[in-house]
Amino acid sequence: MPNPLKRPSRPGERSANGAGANGSNGASRGAQGVEAAKEGGGGLVGWVDERSGATGFLTGMMFRKVPKGTNWFYTLGSATLFAFTAQAITGVFLAMYYTPSPTEAYESITHLTNDVWMGEFVRGMHKWGATVMICLIFLHMGRTFFFGAYKYPRELNWVIGVVLLILTLVMGLTGYLLPFDQRSYWATVVANNITATGPVVGPYLADFLRAGPEVGATTIQRFYAIHMLLVPGLIAALIGAHMYLVVKLGTTAPPWLKAERPKNARKKTEVG
Amino acid sequence: MTRRGVFSAGAMALGGAAGAVVLLPTIGFALAPLFEEEGDTWQKVGPVENFSEDTYTAVVITAVPGIGEAGKTTAYVRRSRGDDQSEGEDGFVAISTRCAHLGCPVRYVQAAGNFICPCHGGVYDFDGKVIGGPPVRPLDRFQTRPSDDGQVEVGPRFSVTSQLDPVRTRDPGEFTGGVWDYVYPPRPSVPPAP
Repeated sequence: MPNPLKRPSRPGERSANGAGANGSNGASRGAQGVEAAKEGGGGLVGWVDERSGATGFLTGMMFRKVPKGTNWFYTLGSATLFAFTAQAITGVFLAMYYTPSPTEAYESITHLTNDVWMGEFVRGMHKWGATVMICLIFLHMGRTFFFGAYKYPRELNWVIGVVLLILTLVMGLTGYLLPFDQRSYWATVVANNITATGPVVGPYLADFLRAGPEVGATTIQRFYAIHMLLVPGLIAALIGAHMYLVVKLGTTAPPWLKAERPKNARKKTEVG
Repeated sequence: MTRRGVFSAGAMALGGAAGAVVLLPTIGFALAPLFEEEGDTWQKVGPVENFSEDTYTAVVITAVPGIGEAGKTTAYVRRSRGDDQSEGEDGFVAISTRCAHLGCPVRYVQAAGNFICPCHGGVYDFDGKVIGGPPVRPLDRFQTRPSDDGQVEVGPRFSVTSQLDPVRTRDPGEFTGGVWDYVYPPRPSVPPAP
């Protein structure tokens, strides 16, 4: 359990509030680490902390207890978050050279890849990172499924995760068009036409995506806006909700440890 | 109703109105292309004597103006043989290369007399009727007419039923005829049937 929010010590007060106070508080090792970091940071950290209460929040989030048996499989979510961050960073810098126009997109991509220093590397990170992110999402989803971590009370987090998966696939779809070579053009034509085959709303949805009955002058700008503004914003917001629920609900123990539970429970009742 | 209730309702209405002022025009702005009608698309594709009854001649037409190569598409044109209702006596037949499966570009293979799609293996006969693979209807066509200076003009696209009856343009992958007219409703952005 996170520590209750304490009044943070004022700058310069730390000698009066010293190590004895921390120890008697029964704070965890982690909390002590944060206290030490706060003290080590001098006046600035304490000044920010007094006005924001960040220490209590960060202590509760970063030094929360995890169940026994937590292992490397539990890092797949963090790995996915890292992949998303990498995509966001490389994407921002790719946007500095890219021109979303049907006549200039391909030229700007070849310029970016062949002429700009490290351009091929940054573009490669974005391109391959997209695949890595989707692989990691499915591994993370598989971990959640096979460990039974989607069950009560974490169903809402599963639902948010599924929405995040779909949004990530939308990122893949919209990003695929942007190089505007033969492959991305025809892949987008096919994807749009698959959309159009949905009953009743399909044709309208495809018209919305293409900005008209054919892949046309503003289709690429539309995909670009969806790819770099609309969907990343939604993903970032939902990642926030996803992580809030993880911190609030905690993680589950691996399924092979659950057999021990009844024994522990019995022991507790005997003591009580 | 309490004073507090009136004020909270008023505040919410005001906030909702402010949100709607921003949201509704922007959503309409994004949806506008759905309601745009296609303009005049008639284009000359070459003199009448370029086209024969027995084989197709590939012509390049501009499907979307102003976007360079990406807006061009190929059509296959031949002289009508007058043996079905969609081919006039002295008219021409212009077949779209847009596959009726998912929109890849089909190619006319002279040796087989068939249209073949590279993506998923759709095959169409000389009239554009499906003879193999996943396509759900025959190849689309373009309206044709002779121009005053002896050229062939290619106009708006239309789709056909399996019996080659002309119907309103559909996107690839959509069936034509019968109940499918309601499953895939008409939009202002597609031209009507000839």
